[in-house]
Amino acid sequence: MTTRTIAGTTVQVNAEGFMTNPAEWNQAIATEIAKEEGIPELTPVHWRVVDFCRADAKATGKSPTLRRITANSGISTKEIFALFPKGPAKKVARISGLGKPEGCV
Amino acid sequence: MKHLLVLGAGTAGTMVVNRLRRQLDKAQWKITVVDPQATHYYQPGFLFIPFGIYQEKDVVKPKSAFIPSGVELIAASVDRVEPEHNQVKLTDGRTLPYDFLVIATGAQTRPDQTPGLLDGEWYKSIYDFYTLDGAVALGDKLRNWQGGRLVVNVVENPIKCPVAPLEFLMLADWFFHEKGIRDRVELIYATPLSGAFTKPIAAQKLGHLLEEKNIKVVPDFMVEHVEAEAKKLISYDEQEVAYDLLVSVPLNMGDAAMARSGLGDELNYVPVDKHTFVSPKYANIFVLGDAAAVPTSKAGSVAHFAVDCFADNFLDYVAGKEMHTSFDGHANCFIESGFGKGLLVDFNYETEPLPGCYPLPGVGPFTLLEESKINHWGKLMFRPIYWNILLKGRKMPLPAHMSMAGKVQ
Repeated sequence: MTTRTIAGTTVQVNAEGFMTNPAEWNQAIATEIAKEEGIPELTPVHWRVVDFCRADAKATGKSPTLRRITANSGISTKEIFALFPKGPAKKVARISGLGKPEGCV
Repeated sequence: MKHLLVLGAGTAGTMVVNRLRRQLDKAQWKITVVDPQATHYYQPGFLFIPFGIYQEKDVVKPKSAFIPSGVELIAASVDRVEPEHNQVKLTDGRTLPYDFLVIATGAQTRPDQTPGLLDGEWYKSIYDFYTLDGAVALGDKLRNWQGGRLVVNVVENPIKCPVAPLEFLMLADWFFHEKGIRDRVELIYATPLSGAFTKPIAAQKLGHLLEEKNIKVVPDFMVEHVEAEAKKLISYDEQEVAYDLLVSVPLNMGDAAMARSGLGDELNYVPVDKHTFVSPKYANIFVLGDAAAVPTSKAGSVAHFAVDCFADNFLDYVAGKEMHTSFDGHANCFIESGFGKGLLVDFNYETEPLPGCYPLPGVGPFTLLEESKINHWGKLMFRPIYWNILLKGRKMPLPAHMSMAGKVQ
C-alpha cells in the first residue's frame, strides 16, 4: 500500500490509484481526482452522484453499482455516461474515494 | 413442531434441505421446500453444450431425486413473502407459515431487460448459453457456422459464474481451430468492466492468454440496446460493436417475488449479512446462494461453502446461542482455457486469486492461476461430484474457509 498527497492531504491508495480508506476523503480530493479523470469541474449534478455513492457505501459497506446509482439517485444511465465519460463506474468510484468495481479474476 | 421453509430447490436450496434434514430432529422439525420447476440443471455444464462436449442429458435430472425423505417438496411458485406475518403466499392461493425461512430463489437471465435482444433475431443471430435452451440452440448454430465476427457481451454485473464468458471464448477458439476455420472467425469480448481480468495478480498471470488466443477485448462497454437487424450493439456512450453472431450474457436478476415482498434490492437480490446470511431486517430469514446480495461470485462453489457455514451455525442459532462460524466469501472455480487445459482460482472476500497449488501445498494436484491438463480433468470430474456428493449435502474433504496454504504471495 502506498500513500500520495492529493489536494494537500496525504491518503492511502492502491496500485491503481484508488483510495483505500473512505474516511480520508474530502471534497477537495474529489475535485482534484475529477481533474485527473478529465472532468474539469464537478457540477451540482456530479455532486449528487458522488454524495449518493458516499452515503450508500457507508450504509452497505461496498461501492454501489451503476444500476444502484441510477435506481436511487434519479439520474439516468445515459446522463451518468455524459457526466463521467468512458467508464463512469470506475471514475465515480475513484472520485468518491471508494473501491473499483471489479470481477472475480 | 417447528417449521423450516426453504424457497427454491436449486443448488443452494437442495444442499440446505439435505444438510438440515440430517441435523434437525424429525420429531421437532418439519422441513418444506417450494420450487415451481421439476428439473434440476447442472448449470456449469451449459458451457460445454454449444461445443458438443456435453449433451442435454448430461445436465438434467429430476429435482425430486435430490430431496431426502422427511422433506416435503411443493411444486408451486411463490407470490410473496410476508415477513411480518411469518408466512409465504403461493401463486396458487395457498399460504405456508414458517418459523424460519431460507430464501434460495437464485438468479435468472433477463434478455427482456435489454432493448433489441428479443427483437426477432433471438436464437437466429443472437444467443445465450446460460439457459439449456440457449446452449442447445447455440450448439446447433455453431455446428454449421462458416465464420465471421463472434461477439460475447456481458450486459451488466453481477452475473452467475463471472468467468464463464471468458471460458466460452477460450473454448470457442479451440472449437474453431479444430474445425479448421479459426482464421475465418473473429472473437471479441465486450465487457462493462475495465478489462477481462480486473484483479491485479490474475491480470498479470492471465493477461497474456487472451492475446495468445487472439481474443480481442472491448473494455468499459455498457450496452444500452441492440440493433438486431443491423447486427450492432450500441453502448450508453454511443460506441458501436458490430457482430455476425452475438452471444449475450443478459442482465441477471433475482426472483420477482422478492421485489413483490419488499425484500429485494434494485436487481431483486436480498440484502443479508455477508458472514452469517441472516437478514438484517428479519431475524428468522436467511438468504443463500445467488439470491443473496453479497459481494462474492454467484456460483455453486460459493453456495456450497456458504451452506457448510450456515448449516454449522443453524442449530446454535435456533437454540439462541451465538453463531460460531463466519463465512469468508470463499469461492473456487475451474476455468476452462481450451485445448484440454484449465485453470483454477481460489479466493475469498479479502484475498484475490493467487498463484500456487490446491488443495495440498507443494503437491496440488491442481495448479492455481496456471494452465494445466489436470485442472481440465478436475472440471470434468466435478459433474459426478456435484450430483452425488454436493447436492446431497455430503461433506467434501475440503474446508469451507479459504486456506493460504499452497498459495504464493
